[in-house]
Amino acid sequence: MPEGDTGGEPMNLRTPLGDEVLSLRAGDQVLLSGIIYTARDEAHLKMMDDGIPFDPQGAAIYHCGPVIQGEQIIAAGPTTSARMNKISGFLLDSGVRCLIGKGGMDSGVRDALRDRAVYLAFTGGCAALAASHMKLHGVHYSDLGMAEAIWVIEVIDLPLVVGIDAHGGDLFSKIGDRAAMRFEEWKKGMQPEG
Amino acid sequence: MDAHGVETLRKAVTDATIACIHDAEVFLPPDVKEAIDASYNAETDPVARGELENIRSNIQIAERLDLPLCQDTGITVIYVTVPADFPVSREEISSAIREGVRKATDTVPLRPNAVDPLTRENSGDNTGFEIPPIHFSEGSELAITVLPKGAGSENVSRIGMLLPSEAGKVTSFIVETVLLAGGRPCPPIVVGVGIGGTFDLAATMAKEALLLPIETMDAFESEICDAINNLGIGPMGLGGDTTALAVKVKKAHCHTASLPVAVNIQCWACRRATRVVNL
Repeated sequence: MPEGDTGGEPMNLRTPLGDEVLSLRAGDQVLLSGIIYTARDEAHLKMMDDGIPFDPQGAAIYHCGPVIQGEQIIAAGPTTSARMNKISGFLLDSGVRCLIGKGGMDSGVRDALRDRAVYLAFTGGCAALAASHMKLHGVHYSDLGMAEAIWVIEVIDLPLVVGIDAHGGDLFSKIGDRAAMRFEEWKKGMQPEG
Repeated sequence: MDAHGVETLRKAVTDATIACIHDAEVFLPPDVKEAIDASYNAETDPVARGELENIRSNIQIAERLDLPLCQDTGITVIYVTVPADFPVSREEISSAIREGVRKATDTVPLRPNAVDPLTRENSGDNTGFEIPPIHFSEGSELAITVLPKGAGSENVSRIGMLLPSEAGKVTSFIVETVLLAGGRPCPPIVVGVGIGGTFDLAATMAKEALLLPIETMDAFESEICDAINNLGIGPMGLGGDTTALAVKVKKAHCHTASLPVAVNIQCWACRRATRVVNL
């Protein structure tokens, strides 16, 4: 059983988040409810210039460019979080407690999360599943286009895994390091060919 | 063919394109669903099981609600077979397909993904200069195949111009590509490989390999697949037994002085669909 996985029930979390995120450990399963805000590359850059258009205290940011039709969320799976590695610090400095996305983030973000926030992973590509847990509440920056706007979304029991905790625990880097080690071992064992 | 005939055919091609995009975006092919089920049943890691459980419910919800599987509805890569001596030009067929992509953007719906590469201005309808890519070949029927290609997996794909003396490194180049990709392409992935040809042909073959059924692999493909799964990257890079559902390889002869290897990675949503245009 992986480190941090208690095999128990997932922990229920509700936004705005507080110090309860500090008790989470990489590998824990979580059900998240409450308001979250989508933001991708363009929204991050605009917020850095213009200021954050919502209350960032205890907020959760979702790396997602959804498909919206009218008031309806059609598809809203996570996008690759690593693209936001260098542009996420200001959100955490402003009180954001949780980043949600897929694929993990770098050691700079891991350090920036320390003692205040967590990175939660949602299963990539599960856009229909995500939409079935969501209600649309509003939008900021609609001029950035559907994929890049900030959508204000209420989620109900969104199933997530703690990818990076507030204590330096990082499931992605642990698995990545192990894979790199196994790759080197495998290469050594390969018969020279050709 | 008279003007009326051409118009009727254009409409049939546009309608088939829309239907084909819809099929591809909403329904995962049976062989891919079976491979995901098999990996779920074999998985021993609890976090990985949770991820695969989410993927399986996502597939069911998309089918039930008639919605795209993933919000990254991709670039709609299109393959067309045209019978010999077909009375309508490829330009006409391409134009009808582009019309289908524009309409499908509203009806499926698709996320508008096509942007100018430098200004990043979005065309709003998933068409643009040279987009969608439309690949023609000769076939017994007029048929349209759609392969929606998302960016998460496309962005970690690689091409290597290896030395002819490095034939033994082909396998490790492929496995290393998956290692470097980690969780970013939404594993469990399908790995399309093109070996040989020219710089561009290798990439073309790697993408075409993603259209092949994944229920069987030859010994070479299985060997690479086992080496990839041994890395333990697992679903979404969170660890687990299945990193790749399958590896599919296409080969071509190449210049005696070169050895191109292209690896095109596809996410678990290995979407593809084909429709014959009924005339």
